[in-house]
Amino acid sequence: MNTPATTTLLSVRQLTMRFGGLTAIDDLSLEVPAGKITGIIGPNGAGKTTLFNCLTGFYKPTTGSLRLNHPRHGEIRLETLPSHRVARDAQVVRTFQNIRLFPKMTVLENLIVAQHNVLQRASKFSIAGLFNLPGYRRAEAESIARAATWLRRLGLEQLADHAAGELPYGIQRRIEIARALCVDPLLLCLDEPAAGLNPRESAELNDLLLYLSGELGLSILLIEHDMSVVMRVSDHIGVISYGRKIAEGTPEQVKNDPQVIKAYLGEDDDEDDSEQRTHAVAGGANP
Amino acid sequence: MSAVVFARHAMTPAERLRDAAWVAFVGLVLGIPMVGLTTVDAGGRLGVETRFGLLAAVVAAVFGGRLLLRWAIDQARNRKLERERASTATAADRASGALKLVNFLGWVALGTAITLPILFSDNRYVVDTATTVLIYVMLGWGLNVVVGLAGLLDLGYVAFYAVGAYSYALLSTQFGWSFWEALPVSGALAASFGILLGYPILRLRGDYLAIVTLGFGEIIRIILVNWTEFSGGPNGISSIPRPSFFGLDFTRSPAEGEQSFAGFFGLEFSPMHRLIFLYYLILVLALLTHAFVSRLRKLPVGRAWEALREDEIACQAMGMNTTHIKLSAFAIGAMLGGFGGVFFAARQGFISPESFVFTESAIILAIVVLGGMGSQMGVVLAATLLVLIPEFGRGLAEYRMLLFGLAMVLIMVWRPGGLLAHREPTLRLKPLQQSAPAKEAAR
Ligand SMILES: Nc1ncnc2c1ncn2[C@@H]1O[C@H](COP(=O)(O)OP(=O)(O)O)[C@@H](O)[C@H]1O
Ligand SMILES: [Mg+2]
Repeated sequence: MNTPATTTLLSVRQLTMRFGGLTAIDDLSLEVPAGKITGIIGPNGAGKTTLFNCLTGFYKPTTGSLRLNHPRHGEIRLETLPSHRVARDAQVVRTFQNIRLFPKMTVLENLIVAQHNVLQRASKFSIAGLFNLPGYRRAEAESIARAATWLRRLGLEQLADHAAGELPYGIQRRIEIARALCVDPLLLCLDEPAAGLNPRESAELNDLLLYLSGELGLSILLIEHDMSVVMRVSDHIGVISYGRKIAEGTPEQVKNDPQVIKAYLGEDDDEDDSEQRTHAVAGGANP
Repeated sequence: MSAVVFARHAMTPAERLRDAAWVAFVGLVLGIPMVGLTTVDAGGRLGVETRFGLLAAVVAAVFGGRLLLRWAIDQARNRKLERERASTATAADRASGALKLVNFLGWVALGTAITLPILFSDNRYVVDTATTVLIYVMLGWGLNVVVGLAGLLDLGYVAFYAVGAYSYALLSTQFGWSFWEALPVSGALAASFGILLGYPILRLRGDYLAIVTLGFGEIIRIILVNWTEFSGGPNGISSIPRPSFFGLDFTRSPAEGEQSFAGFFGLEFSPMHRLIFLYYLILVLALLTHAFVSRLRKLPVGRAWEALREDEIACQAMGMNTTHIKLSAFAIGAMLGGFGGVFFAARQGFISPESFVFTESAIILAIVVLGGMGSQMGVVLAATLLVLIPEFGRGLAEYRMLLFGLAMVLIMVWRPGGLLAHREPTLRLKPLQQSAPAKEAAR
């Protein structure tokens, strides 16, 4: 599945999300190209997670539209769908900033639950499942094989039969990504996947993201604070501050944009401090 | 602060003495008015007498008791720590150990259940009590779907039990349906009520869900009490036909042209035949329920129920329709409760709203929670305990419920996760080590 570099997968148009008096997203427009990694950065409280929540049906935007250009179903207006249909029909799948696994279930079970819709269809209202008919058995074996493939790719095979909630934080992050991949996403939305990871784990995450987009042609929308990840893997970056898009472009362009530097600094910072912080942003790409 | 925390792990003797002295002092302060001083009738006037000897004894007992308690706690802790340190068992070993225990208990329970009426074939009390245990086991397994697996706290489960019981009672007394004809229809009716209840409360969680389900249970009961033309009101419905053994009734003198069970098999009539038959009937129903629920748990629906219990938002993000998942849990749970109700009505021959009060819901819920949420075997243990404890306590008359409460508190202190909290995964990538060769061979 090779898509031309110019195809737009998702276009966010004049999106506004208000909570009472607070405008979390303010007239935001953004294009997400197919088969690429699009980074979203911005200070805390800028509205990045809110954007994901609008995108995946957890919030209904106040105004604006989210149009997904689906290769099979044509244009899908994401803002009109409930969250489970965004994942199931539009194949836009997300992870959460504060990990949301099924903690008491094993890692493998987490990945099998992610394939619920396929399996449920194969189980024919559980009738085929209750009697363990061949059609259902085959579907189950396939789902296990698919889960096993991702577990192997993410180095989680040894942990497959452990309760997910008992594993270390960095591993839980990886499980959440593996689980999202099992939903068969067209667009994978990752909300700060490197948060809480050590440098080695961050580097592994880089490799994984590059593999997913480079080798598999998956489109990824990446919210990230860790500059070493976002600057290195993103093809394109959008910067949000106070709900508005303040800059957009390649990592190089964004890094040197005075607006971005200002947003990351705050306007009242004095000279010395701002100089230091500039280095922090600009030098972020180098570990 | 940390010193105190450390001290709680293992106290030195001096600390233990100081601790006991402090508790004894509290005992003394409380004991002076409660034990040390007492009122006496001094010739028509109220006088106060002191009982310092008794007080001293009480305080000494408190001191000694506290010392002993602390010592015992420390001993127990040390032993536990040692065991943890010494155990080189991996998680997989422990899991397979727990699985073995559960399987062993299961076979023992099944063997006991099958042989019990043979061993006690002339003991009406034992067979009756065992039947009651099995009804609760079945109800526990039904509610386990809703509460244990799907994590939806339902305090009105008895409503579905009532729907099943009244469906059978009305279908049989009004339309002459037999037990076996009415069973599936009543189950379906109960399931519809489950969906009916499920719809309005889809968005509710936790406490709110509990309150609404509680209300639903009460509404059903109040309708049954007040709608006299339909349900017979507080008088209930009587002379509900008993189930027959493939058309053979359990009566001393069968109706014209019919045969009785005893007559057909050439046995002497005994009222025990029917009781034993009812016992095996509920045993079969319960085993079918168990097979059904255990299988569902390993299917996509069952895993979806558990995922829903774990994290509803994550379920939605995985593309799962949580509405359908919740409704299916309510419907299946209600259907199983309905089957239980049909059996109950057929066994009693008489039902009234009094059998379907909130206490019943509470007991069934207690069975699920004490057993260990989601654990099928735990339900069996808890149901047995919760039925037997009040039975054994009969001699204690009014202290019976006290004993019941005490037992529940002790179980929850001893095993906060329930009697059998172990959760067996619905599937494994690698079979457990011990059983690996066997599984390999089976392939
Ligand atoms: N459900 C909500 N109700 C009210 N305010 C919210 C809600 N969700 C997010 N916000 C507000 O929107 C703003 C953006 O939050 P968020 O999107 O989480 O920021 P971030 O860019 O750090 O992910 C914050 O001020 C936050 O308090
Ligand atoms: Mg955020």
